[in-house]
Amino acid sequence: MIKHINVALLGNPNTGKTSVFNRLTGLNQKVGNYPGITVEKKVGSCKFGKTCKVHVLDLPGTYSLNASSLDENVVIELLLNKNDKNFPDVAVVVADVENLKRNLLLFTQIKDLGIPAILAINMADRMKSKAISLDIPSLEKKLNTKIALISSRKNIGFDYLKELIENYNRLSTKPCLNASSISPEYFDRLRNAFPNQDLYKLWLVITQDVNFGKLDRKDFQGVATFQTESVSNLKRLQQKETVARYKFINETLKETLHIDSANATDLRSRLDRVLTHKVWGYVIFFGILLLIFQAIFDWSEYPMDFIDRSFAALGEWTKTNLPAGQFTNLISEGVIPGIGGIVIFIPQIAFLFLFISILEESGYMSRVVFLMDKLMRRFGLSGKSVVPLVAGTACAIPAIMATRNIENWKERLITILVTPFTTCAARLPVYLIIIALVIPDTRVLGIFSLQGLTLMFMYALGFGAAIFSAWILDKILKIQTKSFFLVEMPNYKLPLPKNVLITMVEKTKAFVIGAGKIILAISIILWVLASYGPNNFNNAETIVTNQYASQNITDEELANHIESYKLEHSYIGRIGHAIEPAVRPLGYDWKIGIALVSSFAAREVFVGTLATIYSVGSDDEQTIKSRMKAEVNPVLGGPLFNFASGISLLLFYAFAMQCMSTLAIVKRETNSWKWPMWQLVVMTAIAYVLSLAAYQILK
Amino acid sequence: MLTIASLKKGQSGIIKDFPVDIVPLKLLEMGCLPGNVVRLVQIAPFKDPLYLDINGSHLAIRLETAEKIEIELI
Repeated sequence: MIKHINVALLGNPNTGKTSVFNRLTGLNQKVGNYPGITVEKKVGSCKFGKTCKVHVLDLPGTYSLNASSLDENVVIELLLNKNDKNFPDVAVVVADVENLKRNLLLFTQIKDLGIPAILAINMADRMKSKAISLDIPSLEKKLNTKIALISSRKNIGFDYLKELIENYNRLSTKPCLNASSISPEYFDRLRNAFPNQDLYKLWLVITQDVNFGKLDRKDFQGVATFQTESVSNLKRLQQKETVARYKFINETLKETLHIDSANATDLRSRLDRVLTHKVWGYVIFFGILLLIFQAIFDWSEYPMDFIDRSFAALGEWTKTNLPAGQFTNLISEGVIPGIGGIVIFIPQIAFLFLFISILEESGYMSRVVFLMDKLMRRFGLSGKSVVPLVAGTACAIPAIMATRNIENWKERLITILVTPFTTCAARLPVYLIIIALVIPDTRVLGIFSLQGLTLMFMYALGFGAAIFSAWILDKILKIQTKSFFLVEMPNYKLPLPKNVLITMVEKTKAFVIGAGKIILAISIILWVLASYGPNNFNNAETIVTNQYASQNITDEELANHIESYKLEHSYIGRIGHAIEPAVRPLGYDWKIGIALVSSFAAREVFVGTLATIYSVGSDDEQTIKSRMKAEVNPVLGGPLFNFASGISLLLFYAFAMQCMSTLAIVKRETNSWKWPMWQLVVMTAIAYVLSLAAYQILK
Repeated sequence: MLTIASLKKGQSGIIKDFPVDIVPLKLLEMGCLPGNVVRLVQIAPFKDPLYLDINGSHLAIRLETAEKIEIELI
């Protein structure tokens, strides 16, 4: 018989909980979402011997069971719901040996829920250098639990931890604290109203609702409406609970924990002095930003070229080796370029997450938040908005998800709303091709390439637009929120390569699968719309052949003419002609119009769409470029892509909200359609007006 | 009234009192409780936020919150 054990990993942020998870499960893990919300759900499994299968759930880091964010709320919701299939048989609470006092707060709360709990004291390898000594047997007795001293860095103590997990039924479920002692009178009332329920659970349900809004709970019907105390009194009781818990913890640790604090001036204070310095702090931060940009836009070029060529070759290969027909066309012209369009972003996204996870693991990110908070606040943002804005240069989706730790709702909302202005990776191919077309390839002052400078200006424009609109939003949004900001400054740590790698792989995978589905679907729809059409479409061959019968052209040219005739009369061609009046004042023709419309699914579709429209068989940039160069403006004559229309296009792509996946994420994160619709309309209107002005002035 | 905001860099104080409704529970959970020692570790370049060591917990809060927390110098 195989024994199944559900384990929940809990702990404060920065305790190395994730490394413990990685040590226990290896790569045997799955990252998903909790139903309906975008909190990451990490599940892994491992086998202890032959008879015991363990499912490990890595819960979001939390300081206590009093949730104040979506991530933390997941923890308490699970622990209150005995019927959840993930409800733990045993909780492993991971604590940092250097912060034991604070970490025990959560432990005592979990213990009071009656869930068997193991205390895993992590970073035990540091005890010697920090002169910390612990009396484990006595601490076990006082906390009524079993303790494993572990080090995920040095892989120490995991055998014992596994042994404890396997024998979880021997753990005591006695609470640490009698919660009702904080207000016997209130808890008596509670007991009388709900005689069959566990008092501490009731108390958590009530305070949870005070802090977090009412939630549906089958098991605790009527509890949410049972208050009989004012909100501020309940808050006072919660404070009393915290004080009582700390009193218990202090007494417990007084006899069991000894720290020889002689060596206090350590690496932390020395590093802090430099990294948060009023000059060096900023210099180092911008240096790191430069390095990240260098990696994303220079180093990733090589793998991207390789991917590009491979997919082009693959498409070619299927075309020649599969039996000819519409199905093969769909595969070689729709599906393969579609998948290629997603895969090509992997290097950039992976680099970005590599750096972000190193910065976060090392503890440096908190210093950036500390350094930037006051500056960002002038624009209605928070120091914590820096991470999303930087991440936005790869993709707005993970960036918007990274706003979750901003406590202040107004600051968080503004960050979510302005993040799509930053130049994401998807805009890069569009910028590159237009810049190559309309900006002369000359050098400024003999060293800087004018095209390169233009690209840099586009990035600056993106950041500028984000900051400026944040400032405007701060003035016009009337949202009353309690201003509150708290960031933990963790100790500096050398990032564990394994953790960094796993984060990088998981996040990249999530992006590729999440955004990929939409991009793939769009490319298939586009292919269908461009491959079928009414009336004339089906007679294209005869019409064009007759048209060019008198002219002496090669078969290849004739085939190209047939292709573009077909496209013009396909469904997508019709759509393009229908919207042409709207885009002509911006300097575009119907073909660009179609590329614009399809870009609303995802911007990077632009180049691919033009490739299809200009009847160039492959995605090869040079050929698209030369075709675009040869296009003639239908009204004015002269090249279609000139300086005026090129600038107009660049501006349109800089400002317009053209990404369905981002809209979907904003909807989920703000829990309403109001904000994504607002983004779509306002950003696109700004884009239209600016492009219009630019074209009309420069024309 | 002496508050955390009146500390100089490197100075320490003992937390005395603060208004329940303004100071968030999260801060209490991090160890900001009456009787505990608070040390001002570092001030950010534009004088805000403040980097504190409260009872062994290292954290940063904004000036406006720090001004609400009454202390006694030691």
